Amino acid sequence: MRSFLPAYEMQAPQDLAAALEMLAHEPGAWRPLAGGTDLMVLFEAGKLAHKKFISIWKLDELRGISVSASHVTLGALTTYTEIQEHPELRAEFPLLCQAARETGGVATQNRGTLGGNIVNASPAADSPPALLVYDAELELVSMRGSRWVPYDGFHTGYKTTLLRPDELLRSIRLPRDKQTWLQYYRKVGTRKAQAISKTCLAAAARLESGTIRDARLAFGSVAPTVLRCVRTETILRGGHVDATLIRAARESVAAEIAPIDDLRSTAAYRLRVSQNLVGEFLEQLSGDGA
Amino acid sequence: MPEVCGKVKLACTVNGVKRTLHVYPMARLLDVLREELGLTGTKEGCGEGECGACAVELDGRIVNSCLVPALQVGGSEIRTIEGLATSDQLHTVQEAFIACGGAQCGICTPGMVMAAVNLLGRLPNPNAADIRAGLAGNLCRCTGYMKIFDAVVRALQSPGAKT
Repeated sequence: MRSFLPAYEMQAPQDLAAALEMLAHEPGAWRPLAGGTDLMVLFEAGKLAHKKFISIWKLDELRGISVSASHVTLGALTTYTEIQEHPELRAEFPLLCQAARETGGVATQNRGTLGGNIVNASPAADSPPALLVYDAELELVSMRGSRWVPYDGFHTGYKTTLLRPDELLRSIRLPRDKQTWLQYYRKVGTRKAQAISKTCLAAAARLESGTIRDARLAFGSVAPTVLRCVRTETILRGGHVDATLIRAARESVAAEIAPIDDLRSTAAYRLRVSQNLVGEFLEQLSGDGA
Repeated sequence: MPEVCGKVKLACTVNGVKRTLHVYPMARLLDVLREELGLTGTKEGCGEGECGACAVELDGRIVNSCLVPALQVGGSEIRTIEGLATSDQLHTVQEAFIACGGAQCGICTPGMVMAAVNLLGRLPNPNAADIRAGLAGNLCRCTGYMKIFDAVVRALQSPGAKT
């Protein structure tokens, strides 16, 4: 049922300090709303528990992309369009740019934000697998101060996170240390545009004369949260890509992910395709790195 | 249900005209355009950001107006399908849709035309993949898309397409 408009309050604080004060004053009462690409859908369907919303869309403190020698830092309100337009991100973080390009259509990319994709905590989100591969860190702010946490571990369960009720995600920081890594991203959905994924793999590896020195593998849509496959990464480290290693990686991934049947796909399909994606990534490594 | 939040006053520019809106802060831009301003060219398709029928330009960027709360458009510039033609002269993209048979039932057409106009404004020389990506968020259940695609190509070749 549609939501009854007069029952809902929305405020647009002038700056970050004012927004944090509202959150601190009534923890849990206010729901931050940025581009609205997810929350407005739920709102229209009458499925949002919150009655009070803080529009954070125009908070400049949460915007902008800055580049230092060691990191690229993105404001939480960076849109998918802004990600695709940014020269350093295009050059050094192709997985994030590809995820941004494959999230919804242009209208969604103009309004959907990286911070929203993280905080909304959907296991089917497109950018989180890329963020896990890049060892992203998150800056969480409140009136009590600011803290940095690794993105890996931020999701504590299905739609639950480390974010406290008085905190906002301010920025996402990506170390610039994987420029020489071979990188892979593939989202598998019903159609190429505008579809939510059935499974999605972001991966990267650093090779030295055919040996995998380091690797990252992260999946979306195959567990209650986006998932980094650390045991499979361990199997890959020190290995040469051959049929034995590919078989071992496929088996290990099957043990790490936990796909389910739902309206978009089946557990069996997700498992098989996820294994195939790992196989495709490793075969590309052997092609590129040999 | 109790009324906890009254209407708010907002100023914005719609199709070049300054407007003052008196709306609930969580009202959808789509409803504000259609019901407050009488701009019924913008259509509601799915109401959940999947189909693009309600696409309008917000500060130069294409957005689905069903997902924009009214409070966020204060101070913004909005262009809708009604803002494309000048007096009795259709926009080049509109002309091309007619010439190519790019419309059938018409519900997707305003959003499709807005997406196409926005695309041509952003990319001076889009290739086939760019055109497909530019229209990827707009669903059509009648045409099979090819005539719409042809219309964008035709508009691209006409002078004056990029405004």
